[in-house]
Amino acid sequence: MAKLILSMDGLVLKEILLTKERTSIGRKASNDIQIDNLAISGEHAAVVTILNDSFLEDLNSTNGTLVNSQPVKKHFLKNGDVIELGKYKLKYVAEPSQQADAPDFEKTMLLRPGTMKQAAATSPEALAKAYNDAQTGQISPPAPAASPATTAPKAIILGAIQILSGANAGREMELTKTLTTLGKPGVQVAVIAKRPHGYFITHVEGAQFPSINGQLIDAQARQLNDHDVVEIAGIKMEFFLKN
Amino acid sequence: MIRGHNEDAVFANPNQGLVILADGMGGYNAGEVASGMATMLLSTELEVAFTAKSPYEVDKKSGLLHGSRSILDKVALANSAIYKTAESQPQYAGMGTTLVMALFCDNQVTVAHIGDSRLYRLRGEEFGAITRDHSLLQEQIDSGMISVEEARYSQNKNLVTRALGVDPEVETEMHDFAVQAGDIYLLCSDGLNDMVEDEEIQMTLQMLSANLELAATQLIQMANDNGGRDNVSVILVKVLHEFPAMRSWWSKLMAWFKQGQKRWLS
Repeated sequence: MAKLILSMDGLVLKEILLTKERTSIGRKASNDIQIDNLAISGEHAAVVTILNDSFLEDLNSTNGTLVNSQPVKKHFLKNGDVIELGKYKLKYVAEPSQQADAPDFEKTMLLRPGTMKQAAATSPEALAKAYNDAQTGQISPPAPAASPATTAPKAIILGAIQILSGANAGREMELTKTLTTLGKPGVQVAVIAKRPHGYFITHVEGAQFPSINGQLIDAQARQLNDHDVVEIAGIKMEFFLKN
Repeated sequence: MIRGHNEDAVFANPNQGLVILADGMGGYNAGEVASGMATMLLSTELEVAFTAKSPYEVDKKSGLLHGSRSILDKVALANSAIYKTAESQPQYAGMGTTLVMALFCDNQVTVAHIGDSRLYRLRGEEFGAITRDHSLLQEQIDSGMISVEEARYSQNKNLVTRALGVDPEVETEMHDFAVQAGDIYLLCSDGLNDMVEDEEIQMTLQMLSANLELAATQLIQMANDNGGRDNVSVILVKVLHEFPAMRSWWSKLMAWFKQGQKRWLS
């Protein structure tokens, strides 16, 4: 359940769970979040929550509403956004990572008409239940050892290619893109893929396969090591790591 | 997260110019059952239908092409078969599946879809989805509630508003598009487009168009490298030359297909 943390001058005043479909903010007592301050309009703004997403709307307030210091009329709230009304701040905190506590979240689910209203209008427990209903059918038990593949550190390594022979000898090219193709289209082409754990070369087209340090490779991707010499379409080039 | 089974199912028959991809949902192995039933039923039923009569002939009753007519009929049939199975077997209660399929015939492609599995087209420098998801997120984008840019951060992904096999009847969205030689078509489950930006997909298809099998492998690898937790399935179709009807249309379309399935190594 996402929430708003109300504060003024760095002092946390209260936390408000976004359990309702519409949470109103304003000076009048009828608001869900009442801020009794003259800089705040009677009905200043509202947050509309649909399942896991929340939207902020300024209700034509006199002094306006800011999100991350920018005036907004309507805004899709992202985790950590800071809403400002006068001197008051409301920090939007999205529900903690779905991956951790709801292993089935990535599954495609069916949303039936009506589910949303029912979910939005009731308690968090009902919301959770509506979610399960929306999944249509049973929910499989959490998979064992659920560790998302995201934990693998992103590549900080940077590889490059230096041409050793032919007309472009001496030219250097950094491999910053996910894919870099080398060779002559229609004759022989290979691709170098940048992956989180290194660089890999694969044959793309042509009768001749590339060679690494004088040895022909097969159709499988091959990881490139520092100072490997690759030959593609008669051109020799050296792969090396820049850091 | 690691899911022990694959809920996606794919089918491709280059001779018939027919490709089908389904992404199942439902607890335990019900999702697999639903997507498997969809591809199996549709492929066999359509094969029979197209053997009896060529898809480019006009169906006199409805005025539609036989190909389109058959797709609508057979999707309805698959829907009711999955629905009945789900109703009669408690372990499959509530199962369903998304569907995206394409029939290449007479220089046209007929695209039918339900849910959030997509069909993309690469034509020269132009790349984009030609299906529109039946999903909550797409509805929010259409209503102007959320921008395409913001949609990337939405937590409401994977909520489909239409699926095959969850109700006694289903509405199939179907459109025809003209095909050009050189076009590349990509059918994929949301496991791909949730994890890999459209620009990256486009770049991969452009760079590796000479080797579709490698392109398919690369796309799946990119989804996994980006932390893909869902099943990823892709089908790639490349149009090598025109395939007008009259002259044995099926032999005119030579396409390469590659089915990629996510491996559960990490």
